[in-house]
Amino acid sequence: MNDAGASVLRARGLRKEYGRGENLVRAVDDVDLDVASGETVAVTGPSGCGKSTLLHLLGGLDRPSGGQLWLAGQRLDQMGERGLARMRRDCVGFVFQAFHLMDELTAVENVELPALLAGRSPRAARRRATALLERVGLGDRARFLPSALSGGQRQRVALARALVSEPAVILADEPTGNLDSQSTLDVLRLFEKLHAAGQTLVIVTHDSRIAATADRLISMRDGAFVDETRLTGGTSGSLGALAGLTGPGEREG
Amino acid sequence: MQQEVVLAMLAKEPSHGYQLRGRLRQALGPLGDAMNDGQVYVTLTRLEKAGLVESQPAAGLPDRPDRKVYVLTAAGHQRVAGWLSEVSWPRPDLTEFHLKLIAAAAAGLADPLSIVDAQRRELLRRLRDAQRAAMGEPDDSAAGLLLEGIVLRLQADLRWLEACERKWTPRRNRS
Repeated sequence: MNDAGASVLRARGLRKEYGRGENLVRAVDDVDLDVASGETVAVTGPSGCGKSTLLHLLGGLDRPSGGQLWLAGQRLDQMGERGLARMRRDCVGFVFQAFHLMDELTAVENVELPALLAGRSPRAARRRATALLERVGLGDRARFLPSALSGGQRQRVALARALVSEPAVILADEPTGNLDSQSTLDVLRLFEKLHAAGQTLVIVTHDSRIAATADRLISMRDGAFVDETRLTGGTSGSLGALAGLTGPGEREG
Repeated sequence: MQQEVVLAMLAKEPSHGYQLRGRLRQALGPLGDAMNDGQVYVTLTRLEKAGLVESQPAAGLPDRPDRKVYVLTAAGHQRVAGWLSEVSWPRPDLTEFHLKLIAAAAAGLADPLSIVDAQRRELLRRLRDAQRAAMGEPDDSAAGLLLEGIVLRLQADLRWLEACERKWTPRRNRS
């Protein structure tokens, strides 16, 4: 491919600073990151740790103060405004906590909108949007307005919309922040399905349930990565112990 | 009183029993009121028998437990180091974990944040396992309900770890 190798995302020394002098805030502080194709990476950390800012940099929504950034093999940090807009449209699917659906458009119209903006024919866009709504389990809700859908259903529409351009990566910012327990589980199942289909995902969250579905978990503090865990593998056979069915070696109290 | 807690509190410096008691009181606040003063001495005596601490009578005073200065032995140091790196679940003793962070910081034996990170890694792996099992169950499954209970319990523990992380994060880079 090119010097970015098999990484969908690659950052080296990525920085984002606000203010100056005494008031300088390093929102993202010298971050190195590689996200391989098909990988699910979760970034967690206390609010204000810089994780949302990082996601915005990765998706070309915001420009870094320094460092290098590649997305799908393209150097993002040196790209002009028009190039960035094209990258956001073609290579990134965004999912936000507040869904950001157009209230006056039906579910299927919301999903097909990015495809229409990218110049697809209306028929092809509608076909793809319909298939994606089926995929997220909302085929029978295609003609509903967002106001007639539950929070979980809205987020699944937003996810279908994020997928419409077949993006190299889905970037999700607190995707379950507004959802109840059952809807969270529905969205988690969907992420698992996408993961199984080889979709690359980067999820910023402080919902531990989402974090636990990732292949790799990165903890951020004060703009920097402080811990990295591979969650695959794990603790086979411990579920019985969690339910109190098998003793994990009793200790004296 | 758990032996490792007393040992770890002693790791900071050789101390009298009443000093240890004071440190525990400070760490536990109102929860420490339930602590019997004699417990610390009972534990210290056991630890001494086990060769984990040594005591030196204070010069010129009668040989009573409350006059002695207690010191960790090499074996005691080893036990503390093992305890600090051990991850405890599914019998999470909040008090034990809390005291572990305090003792680690006081004695400079380990960074409390790295203890928090290790615990979080372990809980997240378990959450991942429980959640995968939960996602595999149909919506009306009875087993799903038990799994949800496990997931919620792990989430609660992870939220408390976030609070621990905030408390032990040194203030920098921010007003």
